[in-house]
Amino acid sequence: MLEARDLGYGYPGRAVGRGLDLELGAGEVLCLLGPNGGGKTTLFRTLLGLLPAQAGTVRLAGQSLETLQRADVARRMGYVPQVHGAQFAFTVREAVLMGRTAHIGMFAAPGPADRDAAEGAIQALGIGALAERVITELSGGERQLAMIARALAQGARALVLDEPTASLDFGNQVRVLREIRRLAAEGYAVVFSTHDPGQAFLAASRVLLLAHGGARLQGTPAEVITAENLHDVYGVEVRVAALEGVRVCMPVL
Amino acid sequence: MTRRSRVLAYAAALAALLALTVLAFAAGRFPLAPGELAALAANHLFGAHYRVDPAAETVVLQIRGPRILAALLVGASLAAAGTAYQGMFRNPLVSPDILGVSAGAALGAVLGIFFSQSALVIQLGAFGGGLAAVAVVIAVGASVRRHDPILALILAGIVIGTLFGSLIALLKYLADPYNQLPAITYWLLGSLAAVSPRDLALAAPFALAGLVPLYLLRWRMNLLSLPDDEARALGVPVGRLRLAVVCAATLMTAAAVAISGIIGWVGLLIPHAARLLVGPEFSRLLPLSMVLGAAFLLAVDTLSRTLAPIEIPPGVLTALIGTPFFLWLFASARRSWQ
Repeated sequence: MLEARDLGYGYPGRAVGRGLDLELGAGEVLCLLGPNGGGKTTLFRTLLGLLPAQAGTVRLAGQSLETLQRADVARRMGYVPQVHGAQFAFTVREAVLMGRTAHIGMFAAPGPADRDAAEGAIQALGIGALAERVITELSGGERQLAMIARALAQGARALVLDEPTASLDFGNQVRVLREIRRLAAEGYAVVFSTHDPGQAFLAASRVLLLAHGGARLQGTPAEVITAENLHDVYGVEVRVAALEGVRVCMPVL
Repeated sequence: MTRRSRVLAYAAALAALLALTVLAFAAGRFPLAPGELAALAANHLFGAHYRVDPAAETVVLQIRGPRILAALLVGASLAAAGTAYQGMFRNPLVSPDILGVSAGAALGAVLGIFFSQSALVIQLGAFGGGLAAVAVVIAVGASVRRHDPILALILAGIVIGTLFGSLIALLKYLADPYNQLPAITYWLLGSLAAVSPRDLALAAPFALAGLVPLYLLRWRMNLLSLPDDEARALGVPVGRLRLAVVCAATLMTAAAVAISGIIGWVGLLIPHAARLLVGPEFSRLLPLSMVLGAAFLLAVDTLSRTLAPIEIPPGVLTALIGTPFFLWLFASARRSWQ
Protein backbone atom coordinates (compact mmCIF):
# COMPACT_ATOMS: atom_id res chain seq x y z
CA MET A 1 0.00 0.00 0.00
CA LEU A 2 2.79 2.38 0.97
CA GLU A 3 6.10 1.89 -0.73
CA ALA A 4 9.37 3.84 -0.79
CA ARG A 5 12.24 3.04 -3.16
CA ASP A 6 15.74 4.38 -2.73
CA LEU A 7 14.22 7.36 -0.92
CA GLY A 8 16.33 10.37 -0.05
CA TYR A 9 14.76 12.74 2.44
CA GLY A 10 15.78 15.97 4.09
CA TYR A 11 15.39 19.71 3.90
CA PRO A 12 16.69 21.95 1.13
CA GLY A 13 20.45 22.02 1.53
CA ARG A 14 20.51 19.29 4.17
CA ALA A 15 20.11 15.59 3.44
CA VAL A 16 18.87 13.61 6.43
CA GLY A 17 18.60 10.09 5.02
CA ARG A 18 19.49 8.30 1.79
CA GLY A 19 18.54 5.10 0.00
CA LEU A 20 15.62 4.06 2.19
CA ASP A 21 13.51 1.14 0.99
CA LEU A 22 10.20 0.55 2.66
CA GLU A 23 7.18 -1.52 1.91
CA LEU A 24 4.02 -1.64 3.93
CA GLY A 25 1.00 -3.73 3.03
CA ALA A 26 -2.58 -3.79 4.28
CA GLY A 27 -2.80 -4.97 7.88
CA GLU A 28 0.82 -4.21 8.65
CA VAL A 29 2.02 -1.82 11.34
CA LEU A 30 5.40 -0.14 11.05
CA CYS A 31 6.87 1.36 14.19
CA LEU A 32 9.34 4.17 13.62
CA LEU A 33 11.95 4.58 16.35
CA GLY A 34 14.89 6.89 16.71
CA PRO A 35 16.47 9.55 18.88
CA ASN A 36 15.41 13.18 18.88
CA GLY A 37 16.72 14.79 15.73
CA GLY A 38 17.10 11.38 14.09
CA GLY A 39 14.88 12.32 11.16
CA LYS A 40 11.56 10.72 12.09
CA THR A 41 9.51 13.83 11.40
CA THR A 42 11.42 14.56 8.20
CA LEU A 43 10.73 11.04 6.95
CA PHE A 44 7.06 11.39 7.87
CA ARG A 45 6.70 14.65 6.01
CA THR A 46 8.37 13.11 2.97
CA LEU A 47 6.13 10.03 3.05
CA LEU A 48 3.10 12.32 3.25
CA GLY A 49 4.32 14.38 0.32
CA LEU A 50 4.55 17.50 2.47
CA LEU A 51 8.26 17.65 1.74
CA PRO A 52 9.54 16.75 -1.74
CA ALA A 53 11.67 13.61 -1.89
CA GLN A 54 15.31 14.44 -2.57
CA ALA A 55 15.82 11.15 -4.39
CA GLY A 56 13.85 8.02 -5.21
CA THR A 57 10.09 7.67 -5.06
CA VAL A 58 7.21 7.19 -2.68
CA ARG A 59 4.33 5.16 -4.06
CA LEU A 60 0.87 5.07 -2.62
CA ALA A 61 -1.40 2.26 -3.78
CA GLY A 62 0.96 1.88 -6.75
CA GLN A 63 1.01 5.53 -7.78
CA SER A 64 3.93 7.87 -7.39
CA LEU A 65 3.25 10.73 -4.96
CA GLU A 66 4.58 13.26 -7.44
CA THR A 67 1.82 12.47 -9.92
CA LEU A 68 -0.95 12.79 -7.35
CA GLN A 69 -2.89 15.90 -6.41
CA ARG A 70 -3.07 16.81 -2.72
CA ALA A 71 -6.66 15.61 -2.54
CA ASP A 72 -5.71 12.29 -4.20
CA VAL A 73 -3.06 11.73 -1.55
CA ALA A 74 -5.52 12.64 1.19
CA ARG A 75 -8.02 10.04 -0.02
CA ARG A 76 -5.32 7.35 0.20
CA MET A 77 -3.31 8.35 3.26
CA GLY A 78 -4.40 9.99 6.50
CA TYR A 79 -2.16 11.93 8.84
CA VAL A 80 -2.61 12.13 12.59
CA PRO A 81 -0.46 15.01 13.82
CA GLN A 82 1.33 14.88 17.12
CA VAL A 83 -0.17 17.96 18.70
CA HIS A 84 -3.34 19.26 17.20
CA GLY A 85 -2.55 22.92 16.80
CA ALA A 86 -6.07 24.27 16.30
CA GLN A 87 -6.59 27.47 18.18
CA PHE A 88 -10.27 27.58 17.41
CA ALA A 89 -12.86 25.87 19.54
CA PHE A 90 -14.31 23.52 16.94
CA THR A 91 -16.47 20.70 18.21
CA VAL A 92 -15.21 17.15 17.75
CA ARG A 93 -17.87 16.59 15.10
CA GLU A 94 -16.80 19.68 13.15
CA ALA A 95 -13.14 18.68 13.40
CA VAL A 96 -13.77 15.10 12.23
CA LEU A 97 -15.89 16.44 9.39
CA MET A 98 -12.82 18.33 8.16
CA GLY A 99 -11.37 14.91 7.37
CA ARG A 100 -13.81 14.82 4.47
CA THR A 101 -12.21 17.79 2.72
CA ALA A 102 -10.70 15.72 -0.08
CA HIS A 103 -14.17 14.40 -0.94
CA ILE A 104 -15.84 17.81 -0.98
CA GLY A 105 -15.77 20.23 -3.90
CA MET A 106 -13.88 23.51 -3.66
CA PHE A 107 -17.00 25.63 -3.16
CA ALA A 108 -19.19 22.98 -1.52
CA ALA A 109 -20.07 22.18 2.06
CA PRO A 110 -20.23 18.66 3.54
CA GLY A 111 -23.26 16.65 2.42
CA PRO A 112 -25.17 13.82 4.09
CA ALA A 113 -22.65 11.21 2.90
CA ASP A 114 -19.82 13.20 4.49
CA ARG A 115 -21.77 13.57 7.73
CA ASP A 116 -22.39 9.83 7.77
CA ALA A 117 -18.71 9.07 7.19
CA ALA A 118 -17.70 11.42 10.01
CA GLU A 119 -20.31 9.88 12.29
CA GLY A 120 -19.07 6.40 11.42
CA ALA A 121 -15.48 7.38 12.25
CA ILE A 122 -16.60 8.89 15.57
CA GLN A 123 -18.47 5.70 16.46
CA ALA A 124 -15.55 3.49 15.34
CA LEU A 125 -13.32 5.24 17.87
CA GLY A 126 -16.01 5.06 20.54
CA ILE A 127 -16.05 8.81 21.13
CA GLY A 128 -19.71 9.41 20.35
CA ALA A 129 -20.18 10.97 23.77
CA LEU A 130 -17.58 13.61 22.92
CA ALA A 131 -19.03 14.61 19.54
CA GLU A 132 -20.46 17.94 20.68
CA ARG A 133 -17.58 18.74 23.03
CA VAL A 134 -15.14 21.46 22.09
CA ILE A 135 -11.82 20.03 20.96
CA THR A 136 -9.68 22.55 22.85
CA GLU A 137 -11.29 21.42 26.11
CA LEU A 138 -10.59 17.70 25.64
CA SER A 139 -7.83 15.79 27.39
CA GLY A 140 -4.80 14.79 25.35
CA GLY A 141 -6.01 11.20 24.94
CA GLU A 142 -9.49 12.23 23.84
CA ARG A 143 -8.05 14.70 21.38
CA GLN A 144 -5.76 12.00 19.96
CA LEU A 145 -8.74 9.72 19.40
CA ALA A 146 -10.61 12.58 17.70
CA MET A 147 -7.66 13.14 15.37
CA ILE A 148 -7.56 9.42 14.53
CA ALA A 149 -11.29 9.63 13.80
CA ARG A 150 -10.63 12.53 11.47
CA ALA A 151 -8.03 10.46 9.58
CA LEU A 152 -10.51 7.56 9.31
CA ALA A 153 -13.16 9.94 7.96
CA GLN A 154 -10.75 10.73 5.13
CA GLY A 155 -11.44 7.25 3.80
CA ALA A 156 -7.71 6.58 3.54
CA ARG A 157 -6.43 3.02 3.97
CA ALA A 158 -2.94 4.07 5.02
CA LEU A 159 -2.47 6.01 8.25
CA VAL A 160 0.56 7.90 9.47
CA LEU A 161 0.58 8.73 13.18
CA ASP A 162 3.23 11.07 14.55
CA GLU A 163 4.06 10.04 18.13
CA PRO A 164 0.45 9.20 18.94
CA THR A 165 1.24 8.29 22.55
CA ALA A 166 3.41 11.31 23.35
CA SER A 167 2.21 13.23 26.41
CA LEU A 168 -0.61 10.77 27.08
CA ASP A 169 -1.12 9.12 30.45
CA PHE A 170 -0.45 5.40 30.79
CA GLY A 171 -4.06 4.31 30.23
CA ASN A 172 -4.49 6.47 27.15
CA GLN A 173 -1.20 5.20 25.71
CA VAL A 174 -2.53 1.66 25.98
CA ARG A 175 -5.87 2.69 24.44
CA VAL A 176 -4.17 4.30 21.45
CA LEU A 177 -1.94 1.23 20.91
CA ARG A 178 -4.98 -1.01 21.10
CA GLU A 179 -6.66 1.22 18.50
CA ILE A 180 -3.63 0.85 16.21
CA ARG A 181 -3.79 -2.94 16.47
CA ARG A 182 -7.52 -2.92 15.78
CA LEU A 183 -7.08 -0.72 12.69
CA ALA A 184 -4.43 -3.08 11.33
CA ALA A 185 -6.76 -6.02 11.90
CA GLU A 186 -9.34 -4.18 9.80
CA GLY A 187 -6.85 -3.93 6.95
CA TYR A 188 -5.35 -0.50 7.41
CA ALA A 189 -1.65 -0.01 6.84
CA VAL A 190 -0.33 1.97 9.79
CA VAL A 191 2.93 3.82 10.41
CA PHE A 192 3.53 5.30 13.84
CA SER A 193 6.50 6.82 15.57
CA THR A 194 7.27 6.57 19.25
CA HIS A 195 10.00 7.04 21.82
CA ASP A 196 9.16 3.83 23.66
CA PRO A 197 10.74 0.79 21.94
CA GLY A 198 8.56 -1.54 23.97
CA GLN A 199 5.50 -0.32 22.08
CA ALA A 200 6.87 -1.98 18.93
CA PHE A 201 6.53 -5.42 20.58
CA LEU A 202 2.95 -4.62 21.54
CA ALA A 203 1.57 -3.10 18.38
CA ALA A 204 3.94 -3.34 15.41
CA SER A 205 4.70 -6.01 12.86
CA ARG A 206 7.81 -4.21 11.66
CA VAL A 207 10.29 -1.70 13.02
CA LEU A 208 12.40 0.96 11.39
CA LEU A 209 15.09 2.22 13.75
CA LEU A 210 16.68 5.49 12.65
CA ALA A 211 19.98 6.65 14.08
CA HIS A 212 21.92 9.87 13.72
CA GLY A 213 23.84 10.22 10.49
CA GLY A 214 21.37 8.31 8.32
CA ALA A 215 22.15 4.81 9.65
CA ARG A 216 19.12 2.61 10.19
CA LEU A 217 17.85 -0.90 10.83
CA GLN A 218 14.70 -2.49 9.57
CA GLY A 219 13.01 -5.77 10.38
CA THR A 220 10.65 -7.48 12.78
CA PRO A 221 10.54 -6.09 16.33
CA ALA A 222 12.45 -9.11 17.64
CA GLU A 223 15.22 -8.64 15.06
CA VAL A 224 15.67 -4.90 15.46
CA ILE A 225 14.96 -4.20 19.10
CA THR A 226 17.91 -5.80 20.83
CA ALA A 227 19.95 -4.51 23.75
CA GLU A 228 22.90 -4.01 21.42
CA ASN A 229 21.00 -2.03 18.77
CA LEU A 230 19.27 0.17 21.33
CA HIS A 231 22.62 0.89 22.96
CA ASP A 232 24.09 1.85 19.59
CA VAL A 233 21.27 4.23 18.78
CA TYR A 234 20.33 5.73 22.14
CA GLY A 235 23.63 5.30 23.98
CA VAL A 236 22.09 3.74 27.09
CA GLU A 237 22.09 0.25 28.59
CA VAL A 238 18.86 -1.67 27.99
CA ARG A 239 17.73 -5.17 28.79
CA VAL A 240 15.26 -6.83 26.47
CA ALA A 241 13.49 -9.78 28.05
CA ALA A 242 10.32 -11.83 27.66
CA LEU A 243 7.56 -11.41 30.20
CA GLU A 244 4.63 -13.81 29.86
CA GLY A 245 5.46 -14.31 26.20
CA VAL A 246 5.76 -10.61 25.31
CA ARG A 247 9.10 -8.90 25.00
CA VAL A 248 9.72 -5.81 27.10
CA CYS A 249 12.49 -3.22 27.23
CA MET A 250 13.94 -2.24 30.54
CA PRO A 251 16.57 0.45 30.86
CA VAL A 252 19.46 -0.19 33.21
CA LEU A 253 20.27 2.82 35.37
CA MET B 1 -23.56 26.09 21.41
CA THR B 2 -26.79 24.39 20.48
CA ARG B 3 -28.55 24.67 17.17
CA ARG B 4 -31.39 26.54 18.83
CA SER B 5 -29.23 29.25 20.33
CA ARG B 6 -27.48 29.66 16.97
CA VAL B 7 -30.79 30.18 15.21
CA LEU B 8 -31.74 32.63 17.93
CA ALA B 9 -28.51 34.57 17.41
CA TYR B 10 -29.17 34.82 13.68
CA ALA B 11 -32.78 35.91 14.15
CA ALA B 12 -31.83 38.54 16.73
CA ALA B 13 -29.05 39.93 14.54
CA LEU B 14 -31.31 40.19 11.49
CA ALA B 15 -34.10 41.81 13.51
CA ALA B 16 -31.65 44.33 14.95
CA LEU B 17 -30.35 45.11 11.46
CA LEU B 18 -33.86 45.69 10.15
CA ALA B 19 -34.89 47.88 13.09
CA LEU B 20 -31.68 49.90 12.81
CA THR B 21 -32.25 50.46 9.10
CA VAL B 22 -35.73 51.86 9.69
CA LEU B 23 -34.42 54.00 12.54
CA ALA B 24 -31.58 55.30 10.38
CA PHE B 25 -34.04 56.37 7.68
CA ALA B 26 -36.22 58.15 10.22
CA ALA B 27 -33.60 59.87 12.38
CA GLY B 28 -31.63 62.96 11.49
CA ARG B 29 -31.82 66.71 11.19
CA PHE B 30 -34.87 66.25 8.99
CA PRO B 31 -36.84 63.67 11.00
CA LEU B 32 -39.26 61.49 9.10
CA ALA B 33 -42.37 59.90 10.55
CA PRO B 34 -42.82 56.12 10.15
CA GLY B 35 -45.96 56.82 8.09
CA GLU B 36 -44.02 58.93 5.64
CA LEU B 37 -41.35 56.24 5.31
CA ALA B 38 -43.99 53.59 4.74
CA ALA B 39 -45.66 55.70 2.06
CA LEU B 40 -42.32 56.29 0.33
CA ALA B 41 -41.47 52.62 0.45
CA ALA B 42 -44.89 51.71 -0.95
CA ASN B 43 -44.50 54.23 -3.77
CA HIS B 44 -41.07 53.10 -4.83
CA LEU B 45 -41.17 49.41 -4.11
CA PHE B 46 -44.77 48.54 -4.98
CA GLY B 47 -45.78 51.34 -7.37
CA ALA B 48 -48.33 52.94 -5.03
CA HIS B 49 -49.22 56.65 -5.35
CA TYR B 50 -49.36 58.13 -1.87
CA ARG B 51 -48.74 61.85 -1.51
CA VAL B 52 -45.29 62.48 -0.03
CA ASP B 53 -43.42 65.68 0.78
CA PRO B 54 -40.84 66.05 -2.08
CA ALA B 55 -38.22 67.17 0.44
CA ALA B 56 -38.69 63.93 2.34
CA GLU B 57 -38.32 62.03 -0.90
CA THR B 58 -35.03 63.79 -1.66
CA VAL B 59 -33.72 63.13 1.83
CA VAL B 60 -34.51 59.43 1.62
CA LEU B 61 -33.43 58.75 -1.97
CA GLN B 62 -30.49 61.10 -2.42
CA ILE B 63 -29.02 61.54 1.03
CA ARG B 64 -29.96 58.93 3.63
CA GLY B 65 -30.50 56.05 1.22
CA PRO B 66 -27.00 55.99 -0.27
CA ARG B 67 -25.45 56.68 3.09
CA ILE B 68 -27.30 53.83 4.77
CA LEU B 69 -26.48 51.44 1.95
CA ALA B 70 -22.84 52.50 2.16
CA ALA B 71 -22.78 51.86 5.91
CA LEU B 72 -24.24 48.40 5.37
CA LEU B 73 -21.82 47.58 2.55
CA VAL B 74 -18.72 48.90 4.31
CA GLY B 75 -19.66 47.31 7.64
CA ALA B 76 -20.35 43.91 6.11
CA SER B 77 -17.18 44.02 3.99
CA LEU B 78 -14.86 44.99 6.84
CA ALA B 79 -16.39 42.37 9.14
CA ALA B 80 -16.16 39.63 6.50
CA ALA B 81 -12.53 40.46 5.71
CA GLY B 82 -11.68 40.55 9.42
CA THR B 83 -13.36 37.19 9.98
CA ALA B 84 -11.41 35.63 7.14
CA TYR B 85 -8.09 37.05 8.33
CA GLN B 86 -8.53 36.13 11.99
CA GLY B 87 -9.17 32.54 10.96
CA MET B 88 -6.45 32.40 8.37
CA PHE B 89 -3.75 34.01 10.52
CA ARG B 90 -4.96 32.05 13.58
CA ASN B 91 -4.76 35.25 15.55
CA PRO B 92 -7.49 37.14 17.40
CA LEU B 93 -5.79 40.51 17.09
CA VAL B 94 -5.77 40.61 13.32
CA SER B 95 -7.86 43.15 11.45
CA PRO B 96 -8.37 43.61 7.70
CA ASP B 97 -5.51 46.17 7.73
CA ILE B 98 -2.90 43.55 8.61
CA LEU B 99 -1.53 43.25 5.08
CA GLY B 100 -1.35 46.99 4.49
CA VAL B 101 -4.55 47.54 2.52
CA SER B 102 -5.59 50.56 4.61
CA ALA B 103 -2.13 52.08 4.57
CA GLY B 104 -1.99 51.72 0.79
CA ALA B 105 -5.49 53.14 0.35
CA ALA B 106 -4.65 56.06 2.64
CA LEU B 107 -1.50 56.82 0.69
CA GLY B 108 -3.43 56.70 -2.59
CA ALA B 109 -6.14 59.02 -1.28
CA VAL B 110 -3.67 61.42 0.35
CA LEU B 111 -1.71 61.63 -2.89
CA GLY B 112 -4.95 62.48 -4.69
CA ILE B 113 -5.78 65.21 -2.18
CA PHE B 114 -2.20 66.51 -2.24
CA PHE B 115 -2.33 66.94 -6.00
CA SER B 116 -5.83 68.51 -5.76
CA GLN B 117 -7.58 65.82 -7.76
CA SER B 118 -11.33 65.28 -8.04
CA ALA B 119 -13.27 63.12 -5.58
CA LEU B 120 -13.43 60.32 -8.14
CA VAL B 121 -9.67 60.30 -8.65
CA ILE B 122 -9.14 60.30 -4.89
CA GLN B 123 -11.41 57.25 -4.56
CA LEU B 124 -9.70 55.46 -7.40
CA GLY B 125 -6.36 56.35 -5.82
CA ALA B 126 -7.49 54.84 -2.53
CA PHE B 127 -8.77 51.66 -4.20
CA GLY B 128 -5.66 51.26 -6.37
CA GLY B 129 -3.35 52.10 -3.47
CA GLY B 130 -4.94 49.43 -1.30
CA LEU B 131 -4.58 46.76 -3.99
CA ALA B 132 -1.02 47.82 -4.79
CA ALA B 133 0.08 47.69 -1.16
CA VAL B 134 -1.20 44.13 -0.72
CA ALA B 135 0.31 43.07 -4.05
CA VAL B 136 3.71 44.30 -2.84
CA VAL B 137 3.21 42.51 0.49
CA ILE B 138 2.33 39.23 -1.27
CA ALA B 139 5.37 39.56 -3.55
CA VAL B 140 7.70 40.23 -0.62
CA GLY B 141 6.13 37.44 1.43
CA ALA B 142 6.52 34.96 -1.44
CA SER B 143 10.15 35.89 -2.04
CA VAL B 144 11.27 34.96 1.49
CA ARG B 145 10.80 31.24 1.07
CA ARG B 146 12.83 30.12 4.03
CA HIS B 147 10.34 31.39 6.61
CA ASP B 148 6.90 30.39 7.73
CA PRO B 149 4.67 31.82 4.96
CA ILE B 150 2.18 33.37 7.40
CA LEU B 151 4.89 35.07 9.41
CA ALA B 152 6.50 36.33 6.20
CA LEU B 153 3.18 37.83 5.05
CA ILE B 154 2.48 39.55 8.37
CA LEU B 155 6.00 40.95 8.68
CA ALA B 156 5.88 42.20 5.10
CA GLY B 157 2.49 43.79 5.85
CA ILE B 158 3.84 45.60 8.90
CA VAL B 159 6.92 46.82 7.07
CA ILE B 160 4.99 48.09 4.04
CA GLY B 161 2.35 49.64 6.31
CA THR B 162 5.01 51.52 8.24
CA LEU B 163 6.69 52.71 5.05
CA PHE B 164 3.39 54.00 3.67
CA GLY B 165 2.58 55.60 7.00
CA SER B 166 5.78 57.62 6.91
CA LEU B 167 5.09 58.67 3.31
CA ILE B 168 1.65 59.86 4.45
CA ALA B 169 3.27 61.78 7.29
CA LEU B 170 5.62 63.41 4.79
CA LEU B 171 2.72 64.44 2.54
CA LYS B 172 0.81 65.87 5.52
CA TYR B 173 3.90 67.85 6.46
CA LEU B 174 4.21 69.25 2.94
CA ALA B 175 0.47 69.79 2.39
CA ASP B 176 -1.20 73.20 2.39
CA PRO B 177 -2.36 73.54 6.02
CA TYR B 178 -5.53 75.49 5.13
CA ASN B 179 -6.98 73.55 2.21
CA GLN B 180 -5.35 70.15 2.00
CA LEU B 181 -4.43 69.20 5.55
CA PRO B 182 -8.02 69.31 6.88
CA ALA B 183 -9.17 67.25 3.89
CA ILE B 184 -6.44 64.70 4.53
CA THR B 185 -7.23 64.49 8.25
CA TYR B 186 -10.93 64.19 7.51
CA TRP B 187 -10.34 61.37 5.03
CA LEU B 188 -8.05 59.50 7.42
CA LEU B 189 -10.73 59.63 10.13
CA GLY B 190 -13.28 58.09 7.81
CA SER B 191 -16.74 59.33 6.98
CA LEU B 192 -19.83 58.25 5.12
CA ALA B 193 -21.25 61.78 4.91
CA ALA B 194 -20.33 62.42 1.29
CA VAL B 195 -21.27 59.06 -0.23
CA SER B 196 -23.21 59.55 -3.47
CA PRO B 197 -25.20 56.95 -5.43
CA ARG B 198 -22.37 56.96 -7.98
CA ASP B 199 -19.79 56.10 -5.31
CA LEU B 200 -21.91 53.19 -4.25
CA ALA B 201 -22.34 51.98 -7.80
CA LEU B 202 -18.56 52.07 -8.25
CA ALA B 203 -17.66 50.31 -5.01
CA ALA B 204 -20.41 47.70 -4.79
CA PRO B 205 -19.26 45.47 -7.69
CA PHE B 206 -15.73 45.21 -6.25
CA ALA B 207 -17.01 44.52 -2.77
CA LEU B 208 -19.26 41.79 -4.19
CA ALA B 209 -16.40 40.42 -6.27
CA GLY B 210 -14.60 39.80 -2.98
CA LEU B 211 -17.61 38.74 -0.99
CA VAL B 212 -18.95 36.09 -3.36
CA PRO B 213 -15.79 33.91 -3.52
CA LEU B 214 -15.35 34.22 0.23
CA TYR B 215 -18.91 33.11 0.76
CA LEU B 216 -18.45 30.18 -1.63
CA LEU B 217 -15.27 29.14 0.17
CA ARG B 218 -16.92 29.45 3.57
CA TRP B 219 -16.64 25.80 4.59
CA ARG B 220 -13.14 25.31 3.20
CA MET B 221 -11.95 28.40 5.10
CA ASN B 222 -12.08 26.25 8.26
CA LEU B 223 -9.11 24.28 6.97
CA LEU B 224 -6.94 27.41 6.81
CA SER B 225 -7.17 27.72 10.58
CA LEU B 226 -5.28 24.41 10.93
CA PRO B 227 -1.49 24.20 10.79
CA ASP B 228 -0.31 24.13 7.16
CA ASP B 229 0.90 20.51 7.25
CA GLU B 230 -2.41 19.28 8.60
CA ALA B 231 -4.47 21.19 6.07
CA ARG B 232 -2.29 19.92 3.23
CA ALA B 233 -2.49 16.34 4.48
CA LEU B 234 -6.27 16.74 4.45
CA GLY B 235 -6.05 17.58 0.74
CA VAL B 236 -6.05 21.38 0.68
CA PRO B 237 -3.63 23.26 -1.59
CA VAL B 238 -2.98 25.72 1.24
CA GLY B 239 -0.90 28.29 -0.63
CA ARG B 240 -3.43 28.76 -3.42
CA LEU B 241 -6.41 28.88 -1.08
CA ARG B 242 -4.69 31.43 1.14
CA LEU B 243 -3.87 33.61 -1.87
CA ALA B 244 -7.50 33.45 -3.04
CA VAL B 245 -8.75 34.52 0.39
CA VAL B 246 -6.23 37.37 0.62
CA CYS B 247 -7.30 38.63 -2.83
CA ALA B 248 -11.00 38.45 -1.95
CA ALA B 249 -10.56 40.18 1.40
CA THR B 250 -8.35 42.84 -0.15
CA LEU B 251 -10.84 43.63 -2.92
CA MET B 252 -13.60 44.04 -0.36
CA THR B 253 -11.60 46.14 2.05
CA ALA B 254 -10.14 48.38 -0.65
CA ALA B 255 -13.59 49.00 -2.13
CA ALA B 256 -14.97 49.82 1.32
CA VAL B 257 -12.11 52.11 2.30
CA ALA B 258 -12.32 53.95 -1.03
CA ILE B 259 -15.81 55.26 -0.24
CA SER B 260 -15.61 55.54 3.55
CA GLY B 261 -12.01 56.37 4.40
CA ILE B 262 -10.41 54.43 7.22
CA ILE B 263 -12.90 53.20 9.81
CA GLY B 264 -11.17 51.02 12.35
CA TRP B 265 -12.42 48.47 14.86
CA VAL B 266 -15.26 46.98 12.80
CA GLY B 267 -13.05 44.29 11.26
CA LEU B 268 -11.41 43.51 14.59
CA LEU B 269 -14.37 43.62 16.93
CA ILE B 270 -17.26 42.15 14.99
CA PRO B 271 -15.66 38.76 14.19
CA HIS B 272 -15.10 38.25 17.92
CA ALA B 273 -18.66 39.07 18.77
CA ALA B 274 -19.95 36.74 16.06
CA ARG B 275 -17.63 33.94 17.17
CA LEU B 276 -18.89 34.21 20.73
CA LEU B 277 -22.44 33.81 19.46
CA VAL B 278 -22.12 30.90 17.00
CA GLY B 279 -18.64 29.45 17.48
CA PRO B 280 -15.69 29.33 15.10
CA GLU B 281 -17.16 27.21 12.31
CA PHE B 282 -16.66 29.55 9.38
CA SER B 283 -19.71 28.75 7.27
CA ARG B 284 -21.90 29.76 10.22
CA LEU B 285 -19.61 32.56 11.36
CA LEU B 286 -19.26 34.48 8.10
CA PRO B 287 -22.94 35.36 7.46
CA LEU B 288 -23.54 36.40 11.08
CA SER B 289 -20.35 38.43 11.10
CA MET B 290 -21.51 40.30 7.99
CA VAL B 291 -24.93 41.04 9.47
CA LEU B 292 -23.41 42.27 12.73
CA GLY B 293 -20.81 44.36 10.90
CA ALA B 294 -23.47 46.03 8.79
CA ALA B 295 -25.65 46.69 11.84
CA PHE B 296 -22.75 48.00 13.92
CA LEU B 297 -21.51 50.46 11.34
CA LEU B 298 -25.04 51.63 10.55
CA ALA B 299 -25.66 52.27 14.26
CA VAL B 300 -22.36 54.11 14.59
CA ASP B 301 -22.96 56.20 11.48
CA THR B 302 -26.48 57.12 12.59
CA LEU B 303 -25.12 58.18 15.98
CA SER B 304 -22.34 60.15 14.34
CA ARG B 305 -24.81 62.30 12.39
CA THR B 306 -27.45 62.70 15.14
CA LEU B 307 -25.51 62.97 18.43
CA ALA B 308 -24.10 66.45 17.97
CA PRO B 309 -24.65 69.54 15.80
CA ILE B 310 -21.50 68.64 13.87
CA GLU B 311 -20.77 65.13 12.63
CA ILE B 312 -18.55 63.03 14.82
CA PRO B 313 -16.19 60.95 12.63
CA PRO B 314 -17.43 57.33 12.76
CA GLY B 315 -13.84 56.10 13.11
CA VAL B 316 -13.70 57.92 16.45
CA LEU B 317 -17.04 56.52 17.55
CA THR B 318 -16.20 52.93 16.62
CA ALA B 319 -13.14 53.21 18.85
CA LEU B 320 -15.07 54.86 21.68
CA ILE B 321 -17.74 52.15 21.60
CA GLY B 322 -15.39 49.40 20.51
CA THR B 323 -12.71 49.65 23.18
CA PRO B 324 -14.88 48.98 26.25
CA PHE B 325 -16.85 46.34 24.36
CA PHE B 326 -13.64 44.63 23.30
CA LEU B 327 -12.31 44.62 26.86
CA TRP B 328 -15.57 43.20 28.11
CA LEU B 329 -15.45 40.51 25.43
CA PHE B 330 -11.94 39.53 26.38
CA ALA B 331 -12.79 39.40 30.05
CA SER B 332 -15.87 37.26 29.48
CA ALA B 333 -14.71 35.10 26.56
CA ARG B 334 -13.85 31.57 27.54
CA ARG B 335 -14.07 29.34 24.58
CA SER B 336 -13.62 31.22 21.40
CA TRP B 337 -9.82 30.89 21.66
CA GLN B 338 -7.69 28.39 23.43
